[in-house]
This record gives sequence, C-alpha cells and structure tokens, in this order.
Amino acid sequence: MECKVLEYDGSWYGLLTLIFEVYEYKYEVSAIINHQRAELQSDFFAQNARITTNQQKAERVMKGLKAKTGAQGLTELYEAYLSEIKGVEMLILKAVQYYFSLQQAGHKNYAHPQIIEIKKIVKSVSRERHRMKAFVRFQRLSDGIYFALVEPDFNVLPLIVKHFKERYADQQWIIYDGKRNYGISYDLHEVNEVIFGEEDVMVNQKSIANGWHEEEAFYGKLWNLYFKSVNIKERKNTKLHMQHVPKRYWKYLNEKL
Amino acid sequence: MSERALEKLAILADAAKYDVSCSSSGSDRKNKNKGLGDTGAGICHTYTEDGRCVSLLKILLTNYCIYDCAYCVSRRSNDIKRAAFTVQEVVDLTINFYRRNYIEGLFLSSGIFKDPDYTMERLVRIAKKLRNEHNFNGYIHLKTIPGASQELIYEAGLYADRLSINLEIPTTSGLKLLAPEKDHQQMARPMDYIRNTIIQTREEKKIIKSTPKFVPAGQSTQMIIGAAKESDWQIIHAAQHFYKTYQLKRVYYSGYVPISNDTRLPALGTAVPMVRENRLYQTDWLLRFYKFEASEILNPTNPLLDLDIDPKLSWALRNMHQFPVDINRASYEMLLRVPGIGVTSAKKIVAARKFSKLRVIHLEKIGISLSKAKYFITCQGYQQQFVHLQADKIKHYILSQSTSKYIKGTSQQMQLF
Repeated sequence: MECKVLEYDGSWYGLLTLIFEVYEYKYEVSAIINHQRAELQSDFFAQNARITTNQQKAERVMKGLKAKTGAQGLTELYEAYLSEIKGVEMLILKAVQYYFSLQQAGHKNYAHPQIIEIKKIVKSVSRERHRMKAFVRFQRLSDGIYFALVEPDFNVLPLIVKHFKERYADQQWIIYDGKRNYGISYDLHEVNEVIFGEEDVMVNQKSIANGWHEEEAFYGKLWNLYFKSVNIKERKNTKLHMQHVPKRYWKYLNEKL
Repeated sequence: MSERALEKLAILADAAKYDVSCSSSGSDRKNKNKGLGDTGAGICHTYTEDGRCVSLLKILLTNYCIYDCAYCVSRRSNDIKRAAFTVQEVVDLTINFYRRNYIEGLFLSSGIFKDPDYTMERLVRIAKKLRNEHNFNGYIHLKTIPGASQELIYEAGLYADRLSINLEIPTTSGLKLLAPEKDHQQMARPMDYIRNTIIQTREEKKIIKSTPKFVPAGQSTQMIIGAAKESDWQIIHAAQHFYKTYQLKRVYYSGYVPISNDTRLPALGTAVPMVRENRLYQTDWLLRFYKFEASEILNPTNPLLDLDIDPKLSWALRNMHQFPVDINRASYEMLLRVPGIGVTSAKKIVAARKFSKLRVIHLEKIGISLSKAKYFITCQGYQQQFVHLQADKIKHYILSQSTSKYIKGTSQQMQLF
C-alpha cells in the first residue's frame, strides 16, 4: 500500500468524496491538500491523487456517518471543516475512520485524543457562530436593505443563514464577510450567496455609511445612548466586559466605536 | 420620533437598569406569516462596562411614581428628572432596535402613575400593538404591576413571553421598614394567578391545539441584596419557596447600589455586595441544576454563606464522610456534588466512562477543575491521599493555590466592618 497525498477542491462534498475514496482505493494518506487555498507544493509530489467531487459518494459517507453517530456526529465534522484550520481535513478523516471502526457512537468518547481535538474546534466555531448572531449590526441603507459587514475568525456564514432568515423574514438583508469576500443575501423569499466584484462599491464601514437611510444615524445615536445609560458605574468590571466583548469585535459594534 | 426621545431614553433606561433580569430564553414563539422576529435560546447582543449582558431593550414607560419605596431611585420623594414615553415611542424603539439586531426584544417596566390598572393597561397596550399591528414575534418581558386587575394580567400574559413581579425585600419586617405602602400579599396574589393560568393553559393546549400562548417563558422575580439586613438563609429560603410554590423560572439577586442618604439604608459610597451576590447565584444554581435543598447549604443557625469559597465546596468540606467519590462508578447525582465538576463535565464523564476507565489525564481533557476535585475523588491510577485531612486544611490548600478574582473584593468588604 503506497502513501498518498490527496488533493480536493476545498468543498465539503469534495472532502466527503475524498473520504469515500480512501475506503474505495484503500489509500494510506500522508497529507490532504486543499486546492482553494492553493498550497504551492501540491504539484511537487508525483504520487498525488486528485479527487473529483462526486455527490453520490459524498452522500454515502454522510449516510454512513449518520447511521454511526447520528446527525450530531456529522454536524460536528462539518463545523470542524468550516474552521479552515490547517490540518483539519486530516483530523476529520481520522475521526471518521475511528467512528467506522466502532460499534458504538464514537463521537461520545470525550477521552479520545482526536475526538477531543474535534470537540475543541467545534466549540470555537460554535462560539464564533454565536458571536455572529449577537454582534451582527444591520445598518439600513437608502434602498431599504439592512446591511452588515463582518469578518469572522471562521467561515460561519453558512451556519447562521437559518437563524437570520427566520428572524428577519420581512426585511431584505445582506451579511457580508469582508475577510472571505462573500456574503449571504435575503430577498424576502430565499437566501443566496453574493460576491461583490470590483465594479461594485468597496465594502467598508465608510462606504456603507455613505449609503445610509436618513433614519440610520438617529437610531445609531439612540442605541449608543441606551448602551451608556444602562451601565451601572458603581459596578464597573472591565475584565468581565472585555471577556464577553473581545476587542477584535468592537469594529462591528457602533456602541463601542 | 423626535430629538426629545433621546433625553427620555437616557432617563428611562437609567431608571430601569437596577432590574437585573435580562433573560430572553425559554420561550417557544416562532416567526409566523413572514413577520418580524422569533425567540430561541436567548442572545446577549452586547455587554455594558459593568460586564452585564444586554439582551433586551430594558426601559421604564415612565419614572413618575406614586410610591415612596426607600430603595428605589424613582421613589416620589426623590428629586430627579421625570419623563414618560408614549405608546408609539416604545413601539418604534423596539422595532427599530430589533431590525438592526441590537436586541432580542423588550423588557418594559414602569413607575406606578395614577393607579395600578392605569399603568398596567398602558404596558399591555404596547405589547398588544407590537404583536397585533407589527406581527412582532421577538421576546417581550412585562412587569406585573402589584394591585393590577386579573383581567389586565391575563391580557398581558397573552402578549408577553415573561411576566415578573419583584419581591425586592425578602423579609416582611424589611419590606415594612423600607416600603411601608407595599406588602408581600400584593405580590404573591398575581404570582399565584399566573402560575395557575400557565398550568391551565398547558392542560387546555393538550386538547385544543389552538389555545393561545400564556406567558410561555414563565415568571421570575428579583430580591435586593444588602438593603435590609436580611441573612443569606432568609434569601435562599425565600427563593426555594418561590421556586417550589410558584414554579418561577428564575429568581434574580441584585446587590444594592446605594442611591440615597436615607438612614434606613447603607450609606452612599458603600460597596455593592458583589461577592455575596455571586455566592447567592451559585447557591441558586445548586438548587436548580445540582439537586441541592436549601437546608443542605444554610440553616437558621448557620445563616451566612462563606465569602471566600463557593457554596458547593463549602458543603463538601462539611460532609467529608461522603467522599472520596469514584469517578468510574459514582452516580451522576454524586458526580454533580464533587467540587470542580460541573453539569457539563459530569455528563461527559458518564458518557466517556462507557468506552474506557477514566484516568486523571482524561479528566483534565474533559475539563474538570482538578485543583479542587483532587481532594474528593478516586479514579483509575489515582488513589485518594488527601481525604483523611481536616476539612480546614483542605480549604487552606485550595485557597493558597487559587487566585480568586474575588480576593480583592472580599478584603475591601472586610475593611468596612
């Protein structure tokens, strides 16, 4: 059995196809390379195998995982994948191999080193997802769209679509990930991905403010004032405050600007 | 809305800030007919500089009040700026803050002007307008005004997710001293009515699915800590009574912030009893999630909580005969009682020990606090060597190893007495 470096297209289904083929061709995997992130050395290795994403294969892996660990085990792996942490693909592969080697639901083994690692990543991703639900601040634009700019640590927009769609069912909104240069946009019917190309206005706080609805500044001011008025100065606790609202998020929050 | 709204908001948010409840969880109201908002697990959208969560737009409808409760900043004898929102202003603020994802909903309270029904009727009108005219499905917490009629309380319950009525002072004598115009019966009566109606609604819903919701997130209350010389036992005993009798979802504890030079109260400049407040919350958690009874933690002869250690550790040190606990065999209930093991860790232990016998290294990874737990457990490859020691020796070891965030706060308190 030879040791392979596997390349995939960076998509979730691509990674699942890869896992399928590891079983299909009995690969021994030495590394996994994500094309999207275009690691340069990828062409260097002669024994690389390129995985072509295949929906059927991906779905069979999903089905198998669900049977072993229930939806929860599968969701955890998807969230770990969204972390984009270097080496996470290998970790996911190892976790899947562990799950398939067991009779029991292996994702409940809180003492297993790789599972602990997965849980740790899932926790970070999940915390970031929660922070996006909390710290997204819509600004109303003159065309009526509520716009929010974010730069999450992990690629969590796919995890917050449902939340925002259900909550703001009667208003058009866009949440744009400035770091990954794509956004999610709701048009009162469905949520789609959007990418602002170069011909579009640059997306930053300044360009957003230029497009404000006439009421926006007033409500921003009211919110700011509210924030200051509910503080009890006799109970000042800067450490706790910073712990809950880490500084890197302040740029989204008009009450902290 | 006009510029005057800014001034009103500053006054009426400032006056509402002593009500500590900011919970927005526990309701099951979903977005319907493509309206605005829904409720879920609750989200804190920001935190004030005192470290408290901001989840709801927490304001008073007005700070005019006919009562003169000594502990309250809005008491009628206090010479402060007064203001009142219109119904439309509160509705606009709520909707516009909500649309920008600033808040989970509205927490509306009020000073009592004219009479209880007049005040309650306006609170209800705002909630009704939000629900019926704006199809607003976010979270609404309304204050029940003591003395308001049952019809109005019922109507409030149809629109609100949560209703609350604050006990403020847990002892009868304390209330008599500080708020002679109020009595506990006034507060217990509506709580009793709301509890009964919640139960009745739940029963009817089983038969008729379309039965309208009634206070789906239940009711809560608040007690002020350190204003009326009450003991921790009196507070916790009252809390347990209200949890059991009225099936409250939460009891909040609010350390008294001196706002008056009234001689019946701690003087201006007295420190807010934040450590004590924290210990009371920990005790409250023990009652709600760790299956403790109030009498296991405090009693009339030992009425005060330790300030230097948490109440669970304190209980364990008084009950050394129940330890050590074998991690690989103990019941979930007993694991919960081990200092350093929380609800999450206890559940993980129960799940993980099915795969293999757990060792210290596993416990570290699971996330239990070994610096405390090591005195109370055994596990694979770890024999208990401390448990025979005197309890105060263990306490000394634990305290000398910890850098409690409260040590500074505690010593400040000590200097005052």
